[in-house]
Amino acid sequence: MSGPVSLTPSALGRLMPMHVLLAPDGRIRRVGPTLQKLRPGKLMTGHDLLSLFEMRRPRSARSIEWLMQAGQARLHLAFRQPPCTTFKGLVVGLGAEGALINLSFGISAVEAVAQYGLTLGDFAPTDLTVEMLYLVEAKTAVMEETRKLNQRLQAARVAAEEQAFTDTLTGLKNRRAMEHVLTRLVDRGGRFGLMHLDLDFFKAVNDSLGHAAGDHVLQQVARILVDETRREDTVARIGGDEFVVVIKGIVDAAELEATARRIICRLEEPIFFDGCPCRISASIGAIASTHYDRPDPGLMQHDADMALYASKRAGRGRMTMSDAMSIDRRRPGLTAASSAPGPLGTD
Amino acid sequence: MHGLINRSIQCFLADTYGTDFWAAVAVGAGIGPQGFETMLHYDDALTEAVLSGAADRLGKPRAALLEDLGIFLVSNPRLEALRRLLRFGGEDFIEFLQSLDDLAGRARLAVPDLDLPDLELQEHGARRFRLLCRWHVPGGCHVMTGILRALADDYGALVVLNLCDATADDAAVEIELLDSRFSEGRGFSLAIPVDQGAA
Repeated sequence: MSGPVSLTPSALGRLMPMHVLLAPDGRIRRVGPTLQKLRPGKLMTGHDLLSLFEMRRPRSARSIEWLMQAGQARLHLAFRQPPCTTFKGLVVGLGAEGALINLSFGISAVEAVAQYGLTLGDFAPTDLTVEMLYLVEAKTAVMEETRKLNQRLQAARVAAEEQAFTDTLTGLKNRRAMEHVLTRLVDRGGRFGLMHLDLDFFKAVNDSLGHAAGDHVLQQVARILVDETRREDTVARIGGDEFVVVIKGIVDAAELEATARRIICRLEEPIFFDGCPCRISASIGAIASTHYDRPDPGLMQHDADMALYASKRAGRGRMTMSDAMSIDRRRPGLTAASSAPGPLGTD
Repeated sequence: MHGLINRSIQCFLADTYGTDFWAAVAVGAGIGPQGFETMLHYDDALTEAVLSGAADRLGKPRAALLEDLGIFLVSNPRLEALRRLLRFGGEDFIEFLQSLDDLAGRARLAVPDLDLPDLELQEHGARRFRLLCRWHVPGGCHVMTGILRALADDYGALVVLNLCDATADDAAVEIELLDSRFSEGRGFSLAIPVDQGAA
């Protein structure tokens, strides 16, 4: 079984479609069909190897003598003329007959198949280049699908945030959620009190101690409001320092007022931020659903808002009961809001 | 069933019979009209609900619908990526047939959790073949019949396809190759065309 093996040129071409058979003087005796396809219109046979290829590594391979004596060596080379495709290869000495170099594209394959319009038949069946191309293409397609999925998820996330019911700073319900709760209560004919609360002197906290202090105060206010209400009540932050509290089942002005006083009292205790006391208070406008023959969430909010302005005008830190239906439900100690608000300060 | 397969079915139904038709099928099967995501997994029962819902609405046998699906997968320009991945299998139709044994493995190289049918090609002489098809849902060989029909066209080969044993789990397609160079076929270059449509 030992001894030389002889191959026909076409068998050699099929086994190694990118081979170069060299004469001892470095002239090309024959090249494989795929390699020739890379230089259309220019027959490689008869040319000097080094006139067509630049030997990049090892540097010693730049001499034909070295190539002929190398025995077996790895090579990196490239075409001298554009496109300057790079190759990796192996040179094997053939003694007095010269040398045989087998080439492959390595990772330049993706570019090369595009530049030269190569097909499946241009590669030896044992060459994994085609499998690599397949994988590159399949992975690209999969990545594209994944990218689209991520885009859809991102869009869904933005939409979900827009539809969210939670105020991210305080964890309270937001305006959307509050309106949803009000509408549901009204639709079911529920009795409830509605308080519109606006912080007093909050702007001063923000201005003197910064937004971090302001955010901290808002979070503490949220905690106090939750503490001072029951589980079945709804507390929402509907704007910068504006809150709405929906108190289920309580429509009596005295009871609402007691709750409001408790809340204001708690809010007037200093809130510490980084050791600095932040002093705020709150103005509240309140309304009971029983003030209306047919309660309307929008009108109730409007009337509570009017009552809130009355509290602000009357000196802040207090609660005003709205008297929207002009039914005399006033109680001693409560201010009735009956006219539109005048100009107010920032708080 | 993998989302890629479900999404292909969705694509086929919406493209062929219209988005309204798809929306009706989707609602009937209990999924939203946006349908399937390609990179997620779904219960096989959902796929079955979509297929049988579509077949019922069209008054079309399930087998014929699945064969149309197979043809669509190869011939629709929007799914060009899939045709290309199949064409990587071989230079002519016979080489392609012989590559089918590796199809599931090839697919798993790209998408490890993709559950394509297990295919086995039996050769009965130079031009007669039998393709065994085993899948976890019934009807894989109908889809394969469509794919083979469209790819024979793609390669420019003239073939006769016959389904045998269609009731069994491992049904088979009989393939007779009459002429491997019957027509020009469609070209295939290893390089990705620049304007290739996404799947």
